[in-house]
Amino acid sequence: MIGSALPLLVVLSSLLAGLIIFTLPEGRRGLRTVINLTGALSKLVLIGFMLWGVYHGVEYELRYPLLPGLDLVLRADPLALLFVTLSAGLWLLTTVYAIAYLEHEGSGNRSRFFGFFSLCVSATVGIAMAGNPFTFFVFYEILTLVTYPLVVHRGTEAALRAGRVYLAYTLSGGVVLLVGLVWLYALAGPVEFAAGGVLADAGLSHGILVALFVLLIGGLGVKCALFPLHGWLPVAMVAPAPVSALLHAVAVVKAGAFGIVRVVYEIYGVEFARDLGLMWPLASLAAFTIIYASLRALMQEDLKRRLAFSTVSQLSYIVLGVAIVGPLATLGGVVHLVHQGVMKITLFFCAGNYAETLHIHRVSELNGVGRRMPWTTAAFTVGALGMMGMPPIAGFVSKWYLGLGALESGQGLWIAVLAGSTLLNAAYFLPLLYRAWFLPTTAGWADPRPRPETGRALLWPPVITAAISLLIGLFAAAAWSPLAWTALATREQYAP
Amino acid sequence: MPYFALAVSTLALGSAAGLARHVALEGALRYPLGGWGAPLGIDLYVDGLAALALLMTGVVNWFIGLYATAYFADDRAGRYFWPLWLFLSGALNALFVSADLFNLYVTLELVGLASVALAALSGKGPALVASMRYLLVTLLGSLLYLMAVALLYAAYGALDIATVGARLQNEPVAWVAFALITVGMWLKIALFPLHFWLPPAHANAPGPVSALLSGLVVKAGFYLLLRFWIMLFPDTFDPRAGHVLGAFGVAAIIWGSLHALRQRRLKLLVAYSTVAQMGYLFLLFPLSFTVQGASAWSGVVLYMLAHAGAKAAMFMAASNLLLAYGHDRIDGLSGSAHIMPVTLFAFGLSGVTLMGLPPSGGFVAKWLLLSAAVEAQMWFYVGAIVLGGLLAAAYVFRVLRSASRIVPSTAAGTLAVRRLPRRLEWAPLVLAAVAAALGFYAVLPLELLEEAAPFTEVAP
Amino acid sequence: MLVGVALFSLGLHGLLAKAHLLHKVLGLNVMASGTFMVFIGAGARVPGVAPDPVPQAMVLTGIVVAVCTAAYALALTRRIRDVTGRTTLPGEHDTPPPPHRAARDY
Repeated sequence: MIGSALPLLVVLSSLLAGLIIFTLPEGRRGLRTVINLTGALSKLVLIGFMLWGVYHGVEYELRYPLLPGLDLVLRADPLALLFVTLSAGLWLLTTVYAIAYLEHEGSGNRSRFFGFFSLCVSATVGIAMAGNPFTFFVFYEILTLVTYPLVVHRGTEAALRAGRVYLAYTLSGGVVLLVGLVWLYALAGPVEFAAGGVLADAGLSHGILVALFVLLIGGLGVKCALFPLHGWLPVAMVAPAPVSALLHAVAVVKAGAFGIVRVVYEIYGVEFARDLGLMWPLASLAAFTIIYASLRALMQEDLKRRLAFSTVSQLSYIVLGVAIVGPLATLGGVVHLVHQGVMKITLFFCAGNYAETLHIHRVSELNGVGRRMPWTTAAFTVGALGMMGMPPIAGFVSKWYLGLGALESGQGLWIAVLAGSTLLNAAYFLPLLYRAWFLPTTAGWADPRPRPETGRALLWPPVITAAISLLIGLFAAAAWSPLAWTALATREQYAP
Repeated sequence: MPYFALAVSTLALGSAAGLARHVALEGALRYPLGGWGAPLGIDLYVDGLAALALLMTGVVNWFIGLYATAYFADDRAGRYFWPLWLFLSGALNALFVSADLFNLYVTLELVGLASVALAALSGKGPALVASMRYLLVTLLGSLLYLMAVALLYAAYGALDIATVGARLQNEPVAWVAFALITVGMWLKIALFPLHFWLPPAHANAPGPVSALLSGLVVKAGFYLLLRFWIMLFPDTFDPRAGHVLGAFGVAAIIWGSLHALRQRRLKLLVAYSTVAQMGYLFLLFPLSFTVQGASAWSGVVLYMLAHAGAKAAMFMAASNLLLAYGHDRIDGLSGSAHIMPVTLFAFGLSGVTLMGLPPSGGFVAKWLLLSAAVEAQMWFYVGAIVLGGLLAAAYVFRVLRSASRIVPSTAAGTLAVRRLPRRLEWAPLVLAAVAAALGFYAVLPLELLEEAAPFTEVAP
Repeated sequence: MLVGVALFSLGLHGLLAKAHLLHKVLGLNVMASGTFMVFIGAGARVPGVAPDPVPQAMVLTGIVVAVCTAAYALALTRRIRDVTGRTTLPGEHDTPPPPHRAARDY
């Protein structure tokens, strides 16, 4: 009984919070905060239960037949929990951050904002726990819909334009995915995600399998920002910083990446997909995206846009890890889902702090900010170094396993891509750090600096996520680390 | 008067629910009026399809009635609205339960007359002209239908649908009758290219009336067509005729959506959206011949139900904006998402159903239709279905985008927005939620539909 | 029956080709009469036998309906003349009216 209720409760904890928040009048700040935090904390507690259970081999599954042959399935397998834990943990921190941020910015419509914010998280955990492609698609499209109000939240012309671009990309991607899924169901009947894939024995022709793959990956590639479908992500950066942080660094883009992981491993089966000749093109596309987006990042003057192109680039690490085919590469790619999320959210929190405290939006304005805001800048430094792959920060672990995986499967070319990307990462991050720490300030900031350097609720979230990215890198070998959990989640993907 | 009418409507909804329950438990119901029985007397017949249509009418009508109690609170037009509204509901219900060709004609005329009177309610010039055109079209449609009835009676000597169905031959008389009925209903449903009368008539009517006309009345024509094409003529059916209707359906989807996208006035946009959505219903005719005919059938009926709720809710929401702002120019609705969040939420939620995005009833319907089209490898229809969804998203979000635009604080003072009573805002929201949640209980109507499933024999 | 069909077609022509609303309404009435003729014809197919009463009953009902609709259509026509001063329908337009029209329309 409890086994089927838990996944539902995990979705409901934020869904109900969101619905209640919608009905609150704008002025009920205290109550709204209490409901937000109650939802976020109770979700974490529920997930804690599930983690414990799944570790001991319990299966949590909820099945609701929508129509004959069409079930909504929520299932908590290790892979799902990896993503669920990431989103729920970061949701808590982002909520704290967002409450302070909107307070600081003085923007209106906060009930609407937090209502949709909670719905976004519900949709994300739904995506994570979806037990079949149909359920995945339902939550995937809901995520598109509920993020739109957050993108246009500020109501300025730029925000409205960003919203239009965002929808044009994601809804078109959704349609392509829908056609792919309907076709999949028509060909293979009601399929479920299962380790090792389900299509290998379906007896479908090569041409159909390839066409289907193109549709599915094409649809998912939009949210995952694969080249040339990445155009929406930098534009969407006009949203408030917490939205960029949680949604555009974690929830939305990871939904796409996670979908690709599910399709490759649990619909096709990674070895079957390789035998069909599908993995080389995918890996090449990912490699191209990595290099291309890094180059674009180098050219951005706007801090958030630079971070956005960096996201595009880093997301393709996950796809590359999936496409290299080999247990170690898989480990590196899938664990990057978590590692990149924690590091990138740190960077966006920091960018938001710079913008809110000192009105810094551009790279050139960062000079000397390290002395004015040392804690924020320290967190930013950890995130940026992690992105470059500096040991012992989390990003290093991902790259290490990606590299090992490439060697293991004899595809040394990807090592060159990784190395090149590391150099480019350094090229677009190190100057920021140099400006922040070593150049004298050009703006006349109040001296001596106030303590704390910015609102406490704005300061703690990035410091905590920076600490986490350090810890999960340092203790990657521990039993509780994302790496260990990823190993648990992916060990069944390869035929023995 | 308003509350009396609402009470009557509640009773009608209760009876519809009771009938549906009866049909679900014990199968289709035939009731000989006055005890005469067919072929001489007139029979009422309720199967799954009829029960669903009754339920749809009951639910949507109830919310429209609730909305109207606030809408007409201080308006003289309300005096005429209530009797006409009850008259229209009665006529619709009578149409859905008729099992007799001539009886259907009478109810069809009643529906038409009541609708035209409602459309002319405001008494203003554009509304009157639109109603006149509507009247001529609906009368022409009914007469074409009546001619077909005359031909069928001349050929087969019966009026009861089941009896005529049993005697029907694959011969010219049947074809002509069949073509007359199709064209007649084509007019009433406003399928492209015979849709010219619909947008002005629906857009110029008062809010509750627009909701009634777009949500329910056009469905009456489609219901009749369903009964005839699918349940009366299955053997004489030529798949090519289905493709002709399907092609016009596709044209309606694209033409209607593009026009909706170009409108400056919100209510016209919503009306053109109806033109587009009617096209979806016509995809049934080509798809019903495929291996997945049953799936297309379920999908279309589900779409009809979802659209009834969503479109009624959308028109109510649009009328709220018109009431509050005093105009419905889409560009001039800035800030409404902030001022009237409930209404905009209702608009968005009903839009989700019309776009066919999850988890709405429209999505499940679209999934079923797509399944049928994909399985049959009819990529033309697959493309039309998904393109229609994208275009719907384009015009719905065009409104939401304008509504989300922030009003500069300098202009905020000059913005005279009327505050609306709560009932006006919540009635569409709840109805939109009912339609959106249809996805979660889609299995109930589809099980009920089994009581009329024509594809148990047709599907190979 | 042929007469009926002919009347029906004549009425249809009147409805579609004439601009004046009165013509259109009359056209519809002629169409209705044509349909009734077909019904009557259908009832008296076999010569010498008493005609089938069912179509006659239907025609009777049909006449009642036709009278009602005609009365309603005429009333609406008068009202249109009073309000807009015209007895024809403006040209069919599917394109959106120009903005100043749109503003006044409401």
